[in-house]
Amino acid sequence: MAKLKIGIVVFPGSNCDHDAHYVAETIMEQDARLIWHKEASIGDADIVILPGGFSYGDYLRCGAIARFSPVMRDVVRFAGSGGLVIGICNGFQVLTEAGLLPGVLLRNKSLLFICKYLHLRVENAATKFTSECSPGDVLEIPIAHGEGNYFTDPETLKRIEDNQQVVFRYCDRRGNLTDEANPNGSLKSIAGIMNETGNVLGMMPHPERASDPVLKHTDGRKIFESIIQSFVYQ
Amino acid sequence: MFHSKVFVTLKKSILDPQGKAVEQGIHSLGFESVGNVRIGKYIEMDIDTDVHGEAERMTKQISEKLLANLVMESFSCTTEPVKE
Repeated sequence: MAKLKIGIVVFPGSNCDHDAHYVAETIMEQDARLIWHKEASIGDADIVILPGGFSYGDYLRCGAIARFSPVMRDVVRFAGSGGLVIGICNGFQVLTEAGLLPGVLLRNKSLLFICKYLHLRVENAATKFTSECSPGDVLEIPIAHGEGNYFTDPETLKRIEDNQQVVFRYCDRRGNLTDEANPNGSLKSIAGIMNETGNVLGMMPHPERASDPVLKHTDGRKIFESIIQSFVYQ
Repeated sequence: MFHSKVFVTLKKSILDPQGKAVEQGIHSLGFESVGNVRIGKYIEMDIDTDVHGEAERMTKQISEKLLANLVMESFSCTTEPVKE
């Protein structure tokens, strides 16, 4: 199979762009390219990653200004035509601001910036992002954010739950959803969701920080492997 | 030329942990009777036009599309002519 072209958007203030590039290129052995946010097009990318960081210094609201970057118009078009987009951390915030995913990410309930490994339960393994997992699998992947407290109105929550758009929830090491295991106060322990058509994923945890065996944690690879598999069976 | 002021506040239904923290500070300062502290944002800007209605419309549009995220925030705004 030909290598996939993975485009990683670089906003001013992105800081996980090179990690994502490294994992895509070196660990997953695909073609990765950084796309400066001023570019008008994502080019021939098969997959777009909006990486973590602090785009535009998180001014106004996280992701609020980045979503007006020139390249975002093409990302919205790409997503609308079924292209795979994954937003990690700040990228998730950008996706909600751009209206590609429902809800918002509020300030962590504790007001603290939290950077640590934690556990995620795979809620839906029948997605292009989780096909290499089984439902209920517990992944150990780190978070690093101050605004990851997922919130949405009750009607939207019901809709995304009914459609199985909740892909990951924070859990303890055994997979139980508890208040202690919910690091930021997210509604229903939500850590990652996808859009209705299943081609746009947003998640607060950083799979690219848990992909290189040197770091001892490789659960994040399952997400990248799933994405690659989704092209094999296309 | 017009001058607009925009106030962005978290909706009542949204928990405001920052406001809660500040409220605790106010209580520690000795003002125990203070409650419902909420944090918001204040943005001001000049708009170069001669038409009041247009300046108001622009302010509203900017607020809805960028300054506030209506999922969690609401806003109020005023637009006044700048006295030369």
